[in-house]
Amino acid sequence: MHELAVTENLLKTALRHGEAAAARRVTDLHLVIGELATIVGDSVQFYWDIISKGTLCEGASLHFERVPAELRCLDCGHPYKLDGALTECPACASARVRIVAGDEFRLEAIEVEG
Amino acid sequence: MPRTVRIVEKILDANDQLAAQNRARLDRAGVLALNLMASPGAGKTSLVERTVEGLKGRLRMAVIDGDLATSLDADRAAAAGAAATQINTGGQCHLDAVMVQDALHEIDLAATDLLIVENVGNLVCPSSFALGTHKSVLIASVPEGDDKPYKYPGSYRNVDVLILNKIDLLPYVPFRRDYFERGVEMLNPGVCSFALSCRTGEGVEAWLAWIAAETVSFRADRASAPGR
Repeated sequence: MHELAVTENLLKTALRHGEAAAARRVTDLHLVIGELATIVGDSVQFYWDIISKGTLCEGASLHFERVPAELRCLDCGHPYKLDGALTECPACASARVRIVAGDEFRLEAIEVEG
Repeated sequence: MPRTVRIVEKILDANDQLAAQNRARLDRAGVLALNLMASPGAGKTSLVERTVEGLKGRLRMAVIDGDLATSLDADRAAAAGAAATQINTGGQCHLDAVMVQDALHEIDLAATDLLIVENVGNLVCPSSFALGTHKSVLIASVPEGDDKPYKYPGSYRNVDVLILNKIDLLPYVPFRRDYFERGVEMLNPGVCSFALSCRTGEGVEAWLAWIAAETVSFRADRASAPGR
């Protein structure tokens, strides 16, 4: 729902690193987005195409690596993926669980020319 | 020649850095700040009113109200006795650190003990944007239903305080409290919780006592921290 704000941040970061690398053009961005980060890739792409126009990043492709949300049971150690709604540990039914992956939301790398 | 530049940077890093600046500013001024989050209608403004009315005379309070377009909430906070500042997000679904930074300019921090930031009513987006506040407070309410922790894990996970509001409606709506609390426990074990009704006032005292105690320990921490 806040993809415009997010995409603006993304553009700023990519431009900063593109300029620092003395790039003529940024061609690709590699993003890692966890399932719990509540970011819709299609919306980011939509805003990206609009706001990157006329910048070093115009026409750059966005690549999303989605990270599923993962939990671990504190009682039996069983790791499991969040499948839709939150559930207790499927192995021992304990509610003592921790989310260990799925919050990721970062720009991993960019590819540049020049 | 195409080449790859490794970055590994959080996309909201700029927001996080601004939030840290806000926090430093609040710390210097000795203002304890709360970020109040909830879905629309859960009772954020009602809790602000109860809080301001309940602590008036004991703490000097300011309220920053985030809203899409109106000043209805800030008006209510002001009527209750707080110095209220309105942020109209212009449709944006959450407050961010930039908006709070601007709003902080409007507030006389030297004359403030407690700052309450009332976020935009939304159970998804606000949790992603740090503001620089000291404590995050999530308000759940009975008529929203008992399944919200399971459906919005992101909002329940990272808060310091959970309030269950509208407990006066428990006899009238289906709300399995044990189911709700089990979901909360999975996401945020041991989170500081209050059950209350802003309408009847039941349970509000404990919440007020918590704030009062927090401001005391906040001041004590600052007094013992050298160089502040």
